[in-house]
Amino acid sequence: MSILVSFLSSTLMLSTPTLIAGLGIVFSERAGIVNIGTEGMMLIGALSGVIGSLMTGSVWLGCLFAMVVTVLFAMVFAVFTVFVKADQTVIGTGMNILASGLTITINRAVFGASTSPPRIDAFSKAPIPLLSDIPVLGPVLFSQPVPVYVAFLLVPVAWFVLFRTHIGLKVRAVGEHPRACDTVGINVARSRFLAILYSGLMAGFAGAFVSMGQMTFFTENMIAGGGFMALAAVVFGNYTPFGIMGASLVFGASNALKFQLQALNTGIPSQFLVMLPYIITILALCGLIGRSNKPAASAVPYVKE
Amino acid sequence: MTDGSVRHKAKTAFQNLYYPIAALLISLLLGSIVILLTAKSSPWEAYRAMFKGAFGTPRAWDETFVKAIPFMFTALSFAIARRCGIINLGAEGQFRMGALLGTLVGVNFPGLPLWVHLPMALVAGFIGGALYGLIVGLLKIRFGASELITTIMLNYVAAQIIDFCVNGPLKDSANSSYPQSAQLFDSAIMPKLMAGTSRLHWGLALVLAAIFFYYFFLWKTTKGFEMRVVGLNPAAGAYAGMSIPKSSLLAMLLAGGFAGLGGCVEIVAVQFRLMLTSFSVSYGFTGIAVALMGNNNPIGIFFSGVLFGGLQSGSLKMQTLTDVSSSVVLVVQALIILFIAGRAMFKIRRASPVPVNVKGPSDPTKPILDTRGDAV
Repeated sequence: MSILVSFLSSTLMLSTPTLIAGLGIVFSERAGIVNIGTEGMMLIGALSGVIGSLMTGSVWLGCLFAMVVTVLFAMVFAVFTVFVKADQTVIGTGMNILASGLTITINRAVFGASTSPPRIDAFSKAPIPLLSDIPVLGPVLFSQPVPVYVAFLLVPVAWFVLFRTHIGLKVRAVGEHPRACDTVGINVARSRFLAILYSGLMAGFAGAFVSMGQMTFFTENMIAGGGFMALAAVVFGNYTPFGIMGASLVFGASNALKFQLQALNTGIPSQFLVMLPYIITILALCGLIGRSNKPAASAVPYVKE
Repeated sequence: MTDGSVRHKAKTAFQNLYYPIAALLISLLLGSIVILLTAKSSPWEAYRAMFKGAFGTPRAWDETFVKAIPFMFTALSFAIARRCGIINLGAEGQFRMGALLGTLVGVNFPGLPLWVHLPMALVAGFIGGALYGLIVGLLKIRFGASELITTIMLNYVAAQIIDFCVNGPLKDSANSSYPQSAQLFDSAIMPKLMAGTSRLHWGLALVLAAIFFYYFFLWKTTKGFEMRVVGLNPAAGAYAGMSIPKSSLLAMLLAGGFAGLGGCVEIVAVQFRLMLTSFSVSYGFTGIAVALMGNNNPIGIFFSGVLFGGLQSGSLKMQTLTDVSSSVVLVVQALIILFIAGRAMFKIRRASPVPVNVKGPSDPTKPILDTRGDAV
């Protein structure tokens, strides 16, 4: 029983950064922007979160700092893709390398090559009174760090904004048919710009959770594909918030299972489990799992006539 | 040759050089701000150490070329797919699969002569990468799966396959507890170009041959011509009776093959065994930068490959001589990518901005076709 509890609990924990970042990416994807730079944005969030927490002594202020810094970083991506109209994929790749270089350089400059990182204020478990006492469900669902609750509560909010509000309609419209939007007076560039900044905000939050929730410090290139995983979750989740939640849970579970298998010494190569999310994403992309909601103008810069 | 065409050629040459050089200078300038903020050494000292480490001595040139060879291979991989209108972000994975298959041949078949074993390993490396690239092409043609995502996913799958192999079937458990393969047989190891301590190897000749093949195939053969037409204007290509699926598959096959060959060369000529740390440098993504800087042009790829090889080897020298972290080079490389991809912002005259379309020609300044798909 305790194995089950720890498996489910770590599934939630491991799927949280994917979910948070995914809920940001879905807005930029829906607006027609393929945000390959999420990986780098999360890396920036991870480092700036740690620095913020160290400076202020508060993990929440650190997290806020991470979000502000990552939005500024995302702005570079936004300027190049929306206003300069450069190739989104190539710029995204550049952003990832830039983030890797900047975070390694800054990390070495600020913390040196010391082997014992300074202690920082990190996210700790915040059990909800009463609910956390329920057997099995309690420790799994109601004894998690606060960002885990936030991530899952944001799912219906994101769904509501995306499908039931004016903002969501605009975002979806500029991704499907930018020219038509332009004709009726929607500012395509502004909508896309803001969607990218929002995805940066969420990527910063996700990165900060990786360095201060899953870990308690920053290490070089610690995101290790987490941003691409979030992008994959959006594709596999078919560009809807609830879909992304499902995808994040599946990905989180396959990662959690990896640790369980290693602990149990079953002899099943864990590498194949790690591969699983990537392979199901490819299958999802091939349309083998239902019809795709991919926006029509995805990855195409909009040029006003 | 008329005066006008000479002037036109000079103008094109200027344009081809203007953007890369502008991007390089601005990137170095911004990189120096990072150095100022994070280190005690001055940017001038840092860049001087880097330059010395890259091009200062014959030995430095050797190392620069050793570092440049894999980048040129992955750059060719990105470039040939790009010429066909496909964005191959999967050179990273194709490189790994080439390294894996090359290793597989290199640690087996003892007793073969060098002239049999080494070519076998190289062919295996090419095939490993080519098949891995072909998967991307097939998924795109058959299911319409965007290569942007499939290539990235396959990169991670390849990393896990390597991880599995060096921990499992390929692990050299007899001699070491590290997750790594056995050392290749001597008969599968690429000879050095010169006697002595120089590490420069015959892979240089191989990559030059690959660059020449890239040029010859794209500009001197019908298949290559079709590939470029499909890349520039798919509708025109289809109208002229060219098969877009066939061109795309061939492009991805060759793209994967180039990257795979690069990975194989890195193992048989530099590392001699497959390790988890074999891929600590991001060969695939650096290749994208090299291809962009070289404007997907064969000569351009060679020179930008040398430049990036120099940045790589020079950065290590910089880190030993000054207190500047070698990772500053990543910042410079990334900025080069941003400024070249966003080169529209450097346009001197803004009279008629040419929209940079993802699906369009890789070089908007060089229209090759008229609207009917006839070559001009």
